[in-house]
Amino acid sequence: MSATPLLELRNVTKVFQSGVRKTPANMTVALRDASLVLPDGTATATAIAGESGSGKTTMARLLLGFIKPSEGQILYKGVDITKMDKAQRLAYRREVQPIFQDPFEVYNPFYKVDHVLTTPLRNFGLYAGEEQKRIEEALEMVGLRPKETLGRYPHQLSGGQRQRIMVARALLLRPRIIMADEPVSMVDASLRATILDELRKLVSEFGISLLYITHDLTTAYQVCDDIVVLYQGTVTEVGSVEKVIRDPQHPYTRLLVSSIPLPDRTQRWGEDDSAITEEQARRSTSGCRFAPRCARAMEECWTQIPPLFRVDPDRAASCFLRKDAPVLPSEQVGQVLKVMRPGDAGNAPAA
Amino acid sequence: MTTETTPARVTVGTGDPVLRVRDLQVSYGTPNGDVPAVDHVSFSLQPGQRLGLIGESGSGKTTMATALMRLTRPPGRIVGGEVLLGETDMLKLDEKGLREVRLRDIALVPQGAMNSLNPVMRIGNQMADAIEAHEGRAARKGMEERISAQLARVGLPPTVARRYPHELSGGMKQRAVMAISTVLNPKVIIADEPTSALDVVVQRQVMQTLGRLQEGIGSAVVLIGHDMGLIAQFADLIGVMYAGRLVEIGPVDEMLTDPRHPYTRLLIDSLPKLTAKGKLVGIPGLPPALLNLPQGCAFNPRCPYAFDRCHQDVPAVQQLAPDRRAACHLYPANPALPALPASVQMDAATPLELTGPAMEGQEEVAG
Repeated sequence: MSATPLLELRNVTKVFQSGVRKTPANMTVALRDASLVLPDGTATATAIAGESGSGKTTMARLLLGFIKPSEGQILYKGVDITKMDKAQRLAYRREVQPIFQDPFEVYNPFYKVDHVLTTPLRNFGLYAGEEQKRIEEALEMVGLRPKETLGRYPHQLSGGQRQRIMVARALLLRPRIIMADEPVSMVDASLRATILDELRKLVSEFGISLLYITHDLTTAYQVCDDIVVLYQGTVTEVGSVEKVIRDPQHPYTRLLVSSIPLPDRTQRWGEDDSAITEEQARRSTSGCRFAPRCARAMEECWTQIPPLFRVDPDRAASCFLRKDAPVLPSEQVGQVLKVMRPGDAGNAPAA
Repeated sequence: MTTETTPARVTVGTGDPVLRVRDLQVSYGTPNGDVPAVDHVSFSLQPGQRLGLIGESGSGKTTMATALMRLTRPPGRIVGGEVLLGETDMLKLDEKGLREVRLRDIALVPQGAMNSLNPVMRIGNQMADAIEAHEGRAARKGMEERISAQLARVGLPPTVARRYPHELSGGMKQRAVMAISTVLNPKVIIADEPTSALDVVVQRQVMQTLGRLQEGIGSAVVLIGHDMGLIAQFADLIGVMYAGRLVEIGPVDEMLTDPRHPYTRLLIDSLPKLTAKGKLVGIPGLPPALLNLPQGCAFNPRCPYAFDRCHQDVPAVQQLAPDRRAACHLYPANPALPALPASVQMDAATPLELTGPAMEGQEEVAG
């Protein structure tokens, strides 16, 4: 573990403004005081989980440099990504590779699929003279037969195959980090497991760190070591995926986990949260974002923003119900993540 | 207010079936010939029963839902079979008869509530329209109370009647659609992926609402979906579709613990679980192109159990138990699905077979 993390989100806040005047009604806080650390030297798999409107895609877009943080910094190898020079930015663009949700939209239907593989190589000037060989290797790594894949048009391949080509494309550039935003939500069930297994191999076999952005806690649990759960732009719970999903502490995470439809009749859906009165649901909160939906909301929840409480050595939750635990400042969130945790460093993800 | 289905519910299905589907066939005409999208599907449902139909994109599940409502549009065509609502065959009705039957006897809760509501009409008026179309102007008396009561059944306040669709959240819109679909207490509800665009928490609430609503009416439900978890939580029976055929059907618990068709088995094994981190094993290969089905069983190129006969004959549907059927050559010779032969343990790294161009329809799995 070296001192400078590979990638660090430090107290990042993103506010979207609509309209001209900066009135509270015009300001949407898409992400508030979020921190995340990916260590250098050890590959980790981290899930960023949340429902629609949770800020998970905002986080991805910030990390990819598509938008700039309103407050806070995003550091890659210690350098602020908004202040990089040209060479640094090019390196960042190669070393942090995205895989997008929709395997249909990333292809230009007029080009053969080879196009998405050859273009980045040409742009980054990689593997001159042996492009074809590298492309074929990358395709084989994701379980595709180059002869049957190359030379085809996107519409001739299935959604699963197209998504695997995107994984191959990401692999081809030998990135340090792969950021996958809902990579399997448009892929059929029978292919989903295969693609997730490939993502997991990126970490264990190729040493590439994975940021897995998803709404699906089951796949997050299977693929990742750590998880960050977001609700309306705030981190509700963060830490070891075993702890957060098997024994959630934040009422929101509990609600999420209990809502997962499991293909197991011994674990039936729990009761819904009908205990919430309409009055409570309508009450505005300047404190915890979840208070209007929380059956256990207390008075302080409405007025104060709960900090992260370090409930376990490897997990923190931002809920006043656990205020007995020590406060964990957002920027020190790395302490509850896998590689930073004492005695847990360098473990490959469980196979 | 109980939200859970009690074990007793499974036995609700007694008496005469309310819906009987026999040898239903739907084809799509293409320049290269007719493509069978639903191929000789049969099942029956009793009042109160919930059937979950599961399948991947292109398996024919949505085609099936539209055919049950007789809403199939060209190039799709219902080629044969019967859809019996009580004694009425939906496929023999004329347009007028269909208009009477739809909504009153059989109703559709469509996928994507946002596209099913009229954006320039208040929710209440849309409900009143539906009622008046069936009951005439006489129904106007007491309409407001009726609408309020119907909204309350799906957990919406009466004020929603005065709202336009864009004023509602996704979950509320889906509830409003459910309220309209069930306003005449249909005997059969067809729900085509009703929650595919919703978040997991809202999904649970909407499905539990649908469950309560259906129990109140006592109607049968056909829930179409691709999420085995959702269907396991909601349904009494699971039907598994593959390449247009219903390859297995049976009670949920038995299907999950003792699947008989190899495809059902592999599908269940491929689901990520929360119990322990295991190997993620997908099903190798791809669903077949319907235009170019493999000879014999459509699943044989991907099936670890496949033997000679599977490559030649299309397996007939075997009755394995009174409420259990599977279309597989392993039966009736085997009492249960044999253990997976070790020599063919799936390996995710096995390169995919690219059998023919993947000519699939629109992706049904919404993001």
